[in-house]
Amino acid sequence: MSAARRRLLVLLLPLLWMAVFFLAPFAIVLSIAFAEAAEGLPPYAPLLRWVDGALTLQLNFQNLALLAEDSYYLDAYLLSLRVAAISALLCLLVGYPMALAIARAPERWRVPLLLLVILPFWTSFLLRITAWIGILQDQGWLNGLLLALGVIEAPLQLLYTEFAMYLGITYCYLPFMVLPLYASLVKQDPALLDAAADLGAPPWRSFLTITLPLSLPGIVAGFLLVFIPAVGEFVIPELLGGPGAQLIGRVLWTEFFQNRDWPLASALASVLLLALVLPIALFQWRFAGERRR
Amino acid sequence: MNLAAPRPGSAEPWRDPGAEPFLQIEGLTKRFGDFVALDRVDLSIWRGEFFALLGGSGSGKSTLLRCLAGLIEPDAGRILLDGQDMAQVPPYRRPVNMMFQSYALFPHMDVARNIGFGLRQEGASRAVIRDRVAEMLALVRMEGFGARRPDELSGGQRARVALARALAKRPKLLLLDEPLSALDKNLREATQFELVNIQERTGTTFVIVTHDQEEAMTMATRLAVMDRGTLAQVGTPGEVYEFPNSRFTAEFLGTANILEGVVEALTPAGARIGSSEYDFDILSEGEPPKPLGSRVFVAIRPERMRIERAQEGADFGDNRVVGRVRDIAYFGDFFVYYVVLEGGKELRVSQPNLRRITERPVDWDDLVAVSWAPEASVVLPE
Ligand SMILES: Nc1ncnc2c1ncn2[C@@H]1O[C@H](COP(=O)(O)OP(=O)(O)OP(=O)(O)O)[C@@H](O)[C@H]1O
Ligand SMILES: [Mg+2]
Repeated sequence: MSAARRRLLVLLLPLLWMAVFFLAPFAIVLSIAFAEAAEGLPPYAPLLRWVDGALTLQLNFQNLALLAEDSYYLDAYLLSLRVAAISALLCLLVGYPMALAIARAPERWRVPLLLLVILPFWTSFLLRITAWIGILQDQGWLNGLLLALGVIEAPLQLLYTEFAMYLGITYCYLPFMVLPLYASLVKQDPALLDAAADLGAPPWRSFLTITLPLSLPGIVAGFLLVFIPAVGEFVIPELLGGPGAQLIGRVLWTEFFQNRDWPLASALASVLLLALVLPIALFQWRFAGERRR
Repeated sequence: MNLAAPRPGSAEPWRDPGAEPFLQIEGLTKRFGDFVALDRVDLSIWRGEFFALLGGSGSGKSTLLRCLAGLIEPDAGRILLDGQDMAQVPPYRRPVNMMFQSYALFPHMDVARNIGFGLRQEGASRAVIRDRVAEMLALVRMEGFGARRPDELSGGQRARVALARALAKRPKLLLLDEPLSALDKNLREATQFELVNIQERTGTTFVIVTHDQEEAMTMATRLAVMDRGTLAQVGTPGEVYEFPNSRFTAEFLGTANILEGVVEALTPAGARIGSSEYDFDILSEGEPPKPLGSRVFVAIRPERMRIERAQEGADFGDNRVVGRVRDIAYFGDFFVYYVVLEGGKELRVSQPNLRRITERPVDWDDLVAVSWAPEASVVLPE
């Protein structure tokens, strides 16, 4: 078998995977987005219909038009992007020192420390969120502690606030930030820092001029790994966040389950996906081009 | 006594008891766990010296340089640079620059930014940095490479960029960790020449680690041979080569035949050393460092020995042994004969290849006599 053929075969598996588990479902969702809502099961009219004895394709653009017209949806998108960006930033701020500390720890400590970062994943996600409710609620541990210490006189409203939502998202997504950061930090040659110090750079300058720029791929990867799922995050804002925040996840849920408007929900999901994938693909393409230069 | 030709105009401050050393290392010790990488090293280096560190792999050369640069903290001992104790001075404040064994070029910066890195830390102006970088690029003959990334350079080009980067700040002390090992022969010789040139022009003090004896011998004002974290011998190349103080240095710097014997008599010219083991006497010049009757080792350089065909039953004399040629190695400019003595001891004898020979004067399995002058034998102090 020639090398080119072998390469094709190696590529075939991931491509097949993408086709079966990403492209096909996406095509289905996208097609529903162009359908009309109807009573029945599934609750939409098929795209291909017999009209006057001929098979015709009936595309309904009203769902998409509605998304553009009604600022309710646009606001939800923007708010979600904002929440996701802030969450990713918080993860970066918390995760970078952690990843750096693990990467600089003696070698035999690194794997145990990484395991500690991943350890929370071994308990159920919902359980961990419920635990946070126990900590944050008015009679919760945190308020109890603050009251006991005399820092506050009356319980603080912690639960069902933006604070609780960001705390929850940062807490849950932190490993996705730490792992790629660690991977890029640990492979940096320590001799580079020696060289920088030798050439007169105090530690903070070698961090800014050497460590940070060299870890940029890790930062980008970690940011995307947190940002992308956080945009559509539904459970954490629902359980910990305030009632006001109309995030796209909640809007989607409402349209899908409460209003049973599958076409609109599909349109929402498709637009969300495209709005995320296109800029990221563009960015990746440019970034890779820059590296190759 | 300095036997190597001193460079014209070069002083020998290490012979002047009044001269203050530029770099003083006292009792420097560094341990990695149980392993002692540097063991109470004492060394003084004077301003403007070109000091070479030689030694086998893992003997502690890089560790010593890293202590000088401040990159690792010694467990004990002091480093004084220009009279100032360096213990509390972090690496980024030391007037010392280092060329790393792995080069440690910054992969995300182009060549010009790598070379200018040190100057940027000083807050030098753009114009100053640009000029200095251009000057350094010219110095290492890398003009036109300023915009390349390190991963777009060959190994030798990377070495030259690393050298330029270490020189850019005009350090008082320049540490070079095997700077030329990746260069081809011509470039290496040109760069050696250039290094000596730079050193003489700038008056910078150089400490250079090298595996290449020839490099150390030709470039260094003095050198130190390191062995398992200690300095086995320090001296001018001539001193160390001609008067090795131990079997280790005798065999490390160049090659040497080491013969064992007992000091039998002191003569007006030197000593007579009997080696009943091989059934011959060795005459050596100068006082032996050991008293009468003690066991000593004598080193004789292969190029100081003469070899000639001998008759069966030829008698032994002083500094004359008989054996058989086991092997002959041809090096182009000289031959090396491996001669096995009766007791099994093997000697190396090298002879210059004076003319193109069709018929070898000495051949495989020939019975040969090997002889040398008394002044060729050096009695090793240890
Ligand atoms: N960070 C470290 N941790 C543990 N041991 C070390 C460390 N650095 C060096 N060593 C050990 O110290 C000894 C001296 O190392 P060093 O790098 O100084 O050798 P060297 O003389 O430069 O050798 P080479 O010629 O191979 O470069 C070696 O045995 C090495 O294994
Ligand atoms: Mg080394």
